[in-house]
Amino acid sequence: MNMPLPGPPGAWKDPGRAGRWLARRVDAMAHTARHPLFWLGVREMAGVSVGLAAWAFMTGVAMVASGLTVFQSVLMSLTVFSGSTQLAVLPLLASGAALWVVWLAGFCICLRFVVFSLHLRDYFIFMPRGRRMLLGYLMGDVTYVLYTRHFPRPAQTPRQQRAHVAYLWGCNGCLWLSWQLMGMLGIFLGAALPARWGLEYAGTLALLALTCSVVTTRLRLLAAVLAAAVAVLTPGLPYNLNIVLAILVAVAACLLLEPLAGSGKKETARG
Amino acid sequence: MAEPWWWILLAIAGLTGVSVVTRSFFFISERPLRLPAWMRRGLRYAPVAALSAVTAPGIFLRDGSISLDLSDPHLLAALAACLVYFWQRRSSMALPWAIVAGLLVYVPLQMLP
Repeated sequence: MNMPLPGPPGAWKDPGRAGRWLARRVDAMAHTARHPLFWLGVREMAGVSVGLAAWAFMTGVAMVASGLTVFQSVLMSLTVFSGSTQLAVLPLLASGAALWVVWLAGFCICLRFVVFSLHLRDYFIFMPRGRRMLLGYLMGDVTYVLYTRHFPRPAQTPRQQRAHVAYLWGCNGCLWLSWQLMGMLGIFLGAALPARWGLEYAGTLALLALTCSVVTTRLRLLAAVLAAAVAVLTPGLPYNLNIVLAILVAVAACLLLEPLAGSGKKETARG
Repeated sequence: MAEPWWWILLAIAGLTGVSVVTRSFFFISERPLRLPAWMRRGLRYAPVAALSAVTAPGIFLRDGSISLDLSDPHLLAALAACLVYFWQRRSSMALPWAIVAGLLVYVPLQMLP
């Protein structure tokens, strides 16, 4: 039995452009993962990821319980990658809102990331656009807090830049893995639980807890109360336009009252 | 869910776009972007308003009319979730505990005849 042995690696087929590109990415990732700050990022994220993992699990359960199929829920978790948006659009999807209302509600909830991105601009602008947008996309609220707490100012030298990128990849990798794994677990378990338990209400409860967590000043409390009142008092509007109206009224009222309330300074310091 | 599958996929695709654009909003372009001051102030209130607006109908509306009856399991569960959240607010488990507390109130109550 004489099996022909494969030739030396050099004689193998050319890996092609995609293969070479992939090999370079793996090289770069390995290089980043050898940086000590990569593992510091992983560790700091792991410290807060227990709560996040439980939250991801609940989000997964709420998604299937609200009537999305397992495939749609998995797809949403993998692509949208934002717990608050995923939860917030569930009631809108279920009640047949207009597509643009769904997108607008998602956009308004994501506006906090717009505030973060203004701050992160000085940190990220040295990277090529694709790289900085990828890192930005993978960042959650927690990553932003951990990262800006660990690095109070932007990187100046190439050495510091490497440290920043390594730390961010550590945080993001850990967050992405724990979020997606627990999300999937929630989706598959949620699909197996009986419907009569009424678990679809978990989504509303999760949103309520999230709303509580962003009510940090008196004006934000006012915004929350006003938006809730308008949304509840005008349910007859088509395409869930009551949501749009509620957001407009609440934001406009807060903008008008901000100078009077005298908490303008405190608000600026926060965001 | 009554909508066709492609409608849901379209919604998910758009939301993915929203995630990508909002998270890198100010560093997509190399040129600095200026927003009017009122818009930047509005950014602080829009997320909380949007969250509250999508949450409230689920808690207070039953078939399109307002329910403020305190024996309603929806209201009791929401109350429990809020209380537990503010009690545990310093903990990183505050959000999950609040949901669990709400469900512990809601699931048994709504299964009663």
